[in-house]
Amino acid sequence: MSIYSDSLAAAFGLLATADSDLMEILYLSINVSLLSLVLSCAIGLPIGAILAIRQFHGRDTLVGIFNALMGLPPVVVGLLVYLHLSRSGPFGWLGLLYTPQAMVIAQMILITPIIIALSCQVLEDMHEGYKDFFDSLVVPKRTALVAYIIDARYSLMTVILAGFGRAVSEVGAVIIVGGNIDHLTRVMTTAIALETSKGELELALALGFVLLSISLAVNFLAQWLKASAKRRAYV
Amino acid sequence: MSDKTTPALNCLLPITVDNLSLAMNDRVLIDRITCQIKGNGITVIMGPNGAGKSLFLRCLHGLVEPDSGQVYFAGEPPSPAIRQRQSMVFQAPTILRRTVLANLLFVARQRGMSNSQTSIDCLAQLRLDHLAQHPARLLSGGEKQRLALARALIIKPAVLFLDEPTSNLDPTSVDTIERNLQLVRQQGTKIILVTHDLGQAKRLAGDVLFLNHGKLSEHSPATSFFKNPESKAAKDYLAGKLVF
Repeated sequence: MSIYSDSLAAAFGLLATADSDLMEILYLSINVSLLSLVLSCAIGLPIGAILAIRQFHGRDTLVGIFNALMGLPPVVVGLLVYLHLSRSGPFGWLGLLYTPQAMVIAQMILITPIIIALSCQVLEDMHEGYKDFFDSLVVPKRTALVAYIIDARYSLMTVILAGFGRAVSEVGAVIIVGGNIDHLTRVMTTAIALETSKGELELALALGFVLLSISLAVNFLAQWLKASAKRRAYV
Repeated sequence: MSDKTTPALNCLLPITVDNLSLAMNDRVLIDRITCQIKGNGITVIMGPNGAGKSLFLRCLHGLVEPDSGQVYFAGEPPSPAIRQRQSMVFQAPTILRRTVLANLLFVARQRGMSNSQTSIDCLAQLRLDHLAQHPARLLSGGEKQRLALARALIIKPAVLFLDEPTSNLDPTSVDTIERNLQLVRQQGTKIILVTHDLGQAKRLAGDVLFLNHGKLSEHSPATSFFKNPESKAAKDYLAGKLVF
C-alpha cells in the first residue's frame, strides 16, 4: 500500500512546489476543458431549450439520438476527428491536428450531447410544470424560456458541471487528436497514460490524485449548489 | 346569493357557449353544451367527479381547443387579446421558483405593470405581505393558493376562472379567498368557479351550471337551483346521493 501513500506525498509535493511541468499540464487541461465546455454550452443549451419547448416532427427521435450520444466512446470520437483533421482529411488544410484546438473540438463533440440531453430534460420538466399557467397568462415563448432558465438555474448549473467533469477526465479522444506532445498538447489524463506506460507508476498516480481532486471538487460544488437551492426551495 | 352591487360594465360579457363538444380516446367528455353566462354574479359550475367541469372551464378560458362548437366573449371568438383580459386559478397552483413578490411581479410585468407597490398592496389584500421576500415554494397549501389568487387579481381581469381553488384548504384561507372573490365581483370582474363544496356554492353562487356526463343538465339561478333543482342528477347530487 506504500505506493498510494508515496504517490499522495508526491502529489502534494508537486502541488506544494508548484512544479512547472505539472502547472503547465494543469493549466492546459483546465483551459481546454473550460473552452470546450463554453462552446458546448453555447451550442447545446439553445438546442436543449428548443427540444424542450417545441413540438415538431422528428423531435422525439432527435432527443433519443442525443440521449444515446451521451455515451459516445471517446476513442471513436478521437478517431473521427483525427480522420477529418489529418492532412488527407476534409479539414486537413486547417492544420489543427496535434494542437489544443483539435482537443477542444474532440471534447466539444463529447460534451455537447450531454449538455443538450440533460438541459432538454431539465427544461422539459419546467415546461410541463409551467405550461398551463403560462398559456393562461399568454406568456410569449421567449419570455417563458427565460423564466425556465432562471427558475432552473441550479439544475442547469449541475448539467454544466457534469459536462466539465466529462471533459476534464477524458483521455481517449484527446490523446488521438492531441498526440500528447510535451509542452504543447499534454494534459493531465494523457500525462497519466504516458507515465503509466513508462512504468512511472508513482508519478502517474500522483497526477491521478490531482485529477481526482479536481473531479471531486467539481462534483462537490454541483452537490452543494443543488443542496443550497433545495434549502431555499428553488429546486 | 343576491346581487346588490351595481355591476360594472364588463366588456367580455355575455359569454356564449355554442354547442361545445370534446372527445378524447373515443370518450365524449363535453357533450354539445350550449348556454349563455351573463350578469355580474358568480357563476358556479357543479357536478360529480368526471362530469367535465374542469375541462369545460379550460375550454371557456381557451386552454383546451374543443372538437366542435365555439365560445364567444361579447360576440367575439377567443383571441390572445381576449385571454389577456382573463385570469385562471388552478386547483394545484403553479408556483414559480422565486420569492412571493417575484411571483407577483412576473405576472404584473406580462401586462406592462412595473409598479411593485401595486404588487405589495395585492399581497396585503390576500394577507401575504409579510411573506413577500419568502421563497414561494415554501408556502403552505393555503398560502400558495392565496398567492395564485393574488397573481390572478393583480391584472384586474374582466373574467376570472377558478378551478376548485379552496379544496383541501383551512377555513381561514377559504374565508380570505371567498371575501376577495366577493370584492372583485363587486368591482365588476365576472367570476366562474368550479367547486364541489355545496356550502361555498350556496355562499357565492349567482347562478349554477350543473354538469353530468359532459352534458349541461341544468343552468339556473342559484336560489332556484338549491331550492328546487330541475334535473334528477342535480336533485340526487344535492341530496348527497351517488350520481352515476
